[in-house]
Amino acid sequence: MLKINVQREMLTSGGKTNLEICTEIKDNELLCLFGHSGAGKTTLLRILAGLTKPDKGRIEFNNTVWFDSEKKINLPPQQRNVGYMFQNYALFPNMTVEKNISFAQKEKDKVEVDKLLDLFDLGVLKNQHPDKLSGGQKQRVALARALAAKPNVLLLDEPLSALDFEMRLSLQHEIRKAHDLLNTVTLMVSHDLQEVLHLASTVILLKNGTVISEGKPVDVFNQKSSEYKLKMEYYSQIFQSK
Amino acid sequence: MDQDFLNTLSLTGRLAGWTTAILFITGFPIAYVLAYKRFPLKALLEALFSMPLVLPPTVLGFYMLVAYSPQNAFGRFMAEHFNTWLAFSFAGVLIASVLFSLPFMIQPLQNGLTSIPKSFRETAYTLGKSEFTTFFRVLIPNMIPSIITAIAMTFAHCIGEFGVVIMVGGNIQGETRVASIAIFDEVQALNYHTANQYSFILFIVSLLILTLIYSINGKKKILF
Repeated sequence: MLKINVQREMLTSGGKTNLEICTEIKDNELLCLFGHSGAGKTTLLRILAGLTKPDKGRIEFNNTVWFDSEKKINLPPQQRNVGYMFQNYALFPNMTVEKNISFAQKEKDKVEVDKLLDLFDLGVLKNQHPDKLSGGQKQRVALARALAAKPNVLLLDEPLSALDFEMRLSLQHEIRKAHDLLNTVTLMVSHDLQEVLHLASTVILLKNGTVISEGKPVDVFNQKSSEYKLKMEYYSQIFQSK
Repeated sequence: MDQDFLNTLSLTGRLAGWTTAILFITGFPIAYVLAYKRFPLKALLEALFSMPLVLPPTVLGFYMLVAYSPQNAFGRFMAEHFNTWLAFSFAGVLIASVLFSLPFMIQPLQNGLTSIPKSFRETAYTLGKSEFTTFFRVLIPNMIPSIITAIAMTFAHCIGEFGVVIMVGGNIQGETRVASIAIFDEVQALNYHTANQYSFILFIVSLLILTLIYSINGKKKILF
């Protein structure tokens, strides 16, 4: 269980705004943070990873306090054991696919690396460097690397945003595969409704740093806006045709 | 070629080599701090490290001479504790050379570090890697062209150093007489042939170093 209750001032194109999140995420939940640019989605992921410090609040994962402003606790990223996947995937150019994955391991385990290479269909690419890979291949390497560290929480920052529509559809099952394999909490940032409907068990709808709604995607989008309803109908037709 | 000629070239190489080696070890931590850390008066520190780019070498040389004097704290400390007189000695020239060449090492390293996407470091941290491991496994391998540029620029700058060396070291054969000073000296003595020999060697070495830098920078665009 991941308990989050944080506040952080953010600078957006519209000026200063406050991110205020208070929620609890159950084990095995794949939660999507949904909202327009500047809503605070990435800031929240960075706060959870320990890359950005909240102004105040508390974060607790399975009885371990990651951050507590009152008790002056702030675990560094190295001690939180999260798998963070950046929008640009951040694969290390000096390492091959195999080395990128093994670098993430706390104890070297070649068998485990080979398993991940097989799982994400990367076997034939294991000796390639990232500059030789396509966007979809990079996404799979970044996912495999995040899993190699056996993280407590998987944080995905718009993992499919750099890909075209067809590729996004085909790679969504890779994210589901990664989540199922970890069997823990996954938080994914997205501003793509179709992605959220397809993947998320829960969605948090954010606007200007505030939670507008939280719950099952169908419920959240049905209750909030007719704009979302129309999009939902459109995407459900696409799913059926696929 | 006579022995003096070879000694002068050897001394020039030693001065440039030691300066580059010392600056490589001390310059990396400085470049890292300037690239990634935020602290009060950082701009002032950056300006101080860049001063040799705009300051006349004679100004730094003058201050170094003053500092080396046994009448002042630093010079007295070196004389009393290490029995070392820095003025007009190789060690004194080396210290001045290190200070004067600081920006040629630090700036390429700092640029190399800042050009690496922040997400590389942050990914390594979230994977549990320390700053130390991230530095050696992620940052250094991804800034090799900047490292080679820093080393080559520092070395090339050192072999042509004149103002600081003549102020701090004078022109003592086998101790502080480097090639750039020897050229000046030989021209004054109307020994144009020897001056030409020194000049040609410095010209070729500088050309080779700059060609190396430009060829590496050309490849960098393809690699990254």
